Amino acid sequence: MEFGNSLAHFAAGIGAGLAVIGGAAGIGRLAAAAMEGSARQPQVAGDIRTTMIIAAALIEGATLFALVVCILLAVKA
Amino acid sequence: MRMQDSGHGAAVDPTPAAVDPTPAAAAHGHEGPFDAGEYIFHHIMDSQTLELPIIGAVHLPTLHIGPWDLPITRHAVMMWVACTIILALLWLANRRRSLAPRGVHNLIEMAIVFVRDELARKNIAHHPDRFVPYLLSTFVFILVMNLIGLVPWGATATANIGVTAALAGMAFIMIQVSGIREFGVIGHFKNLVPHGLPAWLLPIMIPVEILGMFTKPFALCVRLFANMTAGHVVILSLISMVFILKAAWVGAVLSVPFALFINGIELLVAFLQAYIFTMLTSLFIGMSVHPQH
Repeated sequence: MEFGNSLAHFAAGIGAGLAVIGGAAGIGRLAAAAMEGSARQPQVAGDIRTTMIIAAALIEGATLFALVVCILLAVKA
Repeated sequence: MRMQDSGHGAAVDPTPAAVDPTPAAAAHGHEGPFDAGEYIFHHIMDSQTLELPIIGAVHLPTLHIGPWDLPITRHAVMMWVACTIILALLWLANRRRSLAPRGVHNLIEMAIVFVRDELARKNIAHHPDRFVPYLLSTFVFILVMNLIGLVPWGATATANIGVTAALAGMAFIMIQVSGIREFGVIGHFKNLVPHGLPAWLLPIMIPVEILGMFTKPFALCVRLFANMTAGHVVILSLISMVFILKAAWVGAVLSVPFALFINGIELLVAFLQAYIFTMLTSLFIGMSVHPQH
């Protein structure tokens, strides 16, 4: 069978989905831990919130690495 | 009807089944059926046409200086606009002795104090105030460039890998220079590897640390680039959904609220990514100036 470029688009789609699974799972665990910490000690909730946002942005950076590769696949091939 | 980068779909043409292909950048009278991929690509990527509100599309010149050809592109113009805005703000803030608004002076001072206390003094152990100008420049420049991408007729210069690579390159230079100033060239590279390691670990740690020296700024570059590009791609995809489905009710019910929501998230991401870039840079400078033992 001749696949041509369609394999690249297929791979891009699957790659994007997998990347989002990883990122969302990680950030979900992070948010759960943050909420539990805030519930235990409400007076540090502000600090926890700041740290959570920073960690979420870093995890998202890794997810977007994978997304950039997928976009390259879909667009350049 | 012109579709611009961050239009909230507010300019959606209400005539249903509008077959004529106007939505792709009306600037160069694109004919043919609507191609979503090309529409998105055209708005994200750099190009030499600049779109202005009333004037329409302006083709930007290419400078020929000596042996180099320097094309002036949309993102370059946006960087200049960002610099102009920052200079204007600072000039306004400096006029406090005359009838200048006290608000702007306060705003600038807030930003400077934030960078100095939260970013420089918390992360850098020796002479933090020396790095405040650089960190402040990074933070404000990235922030203004990100925000310009969110207004109509603005393009995100940080969605260009060249711009983010240059910013990351400056961060790399600052990290090395700060370490070399503190410890000398040999001392700085000896500090890459933590002290007190068993000798058999060194063959592994040295390549890892040298690689780490390069991957950290590289990650800074790609993180900023990917965040900005991905956000705008999502906004543009939602808007182009209206034209793919050729139904205006899709726009009113689905695209406009979603695009508005994503635009709000993009606003948050603009601030956050500027902060993260600057915070990580100050962290790395702190690590090279005061290596953990």
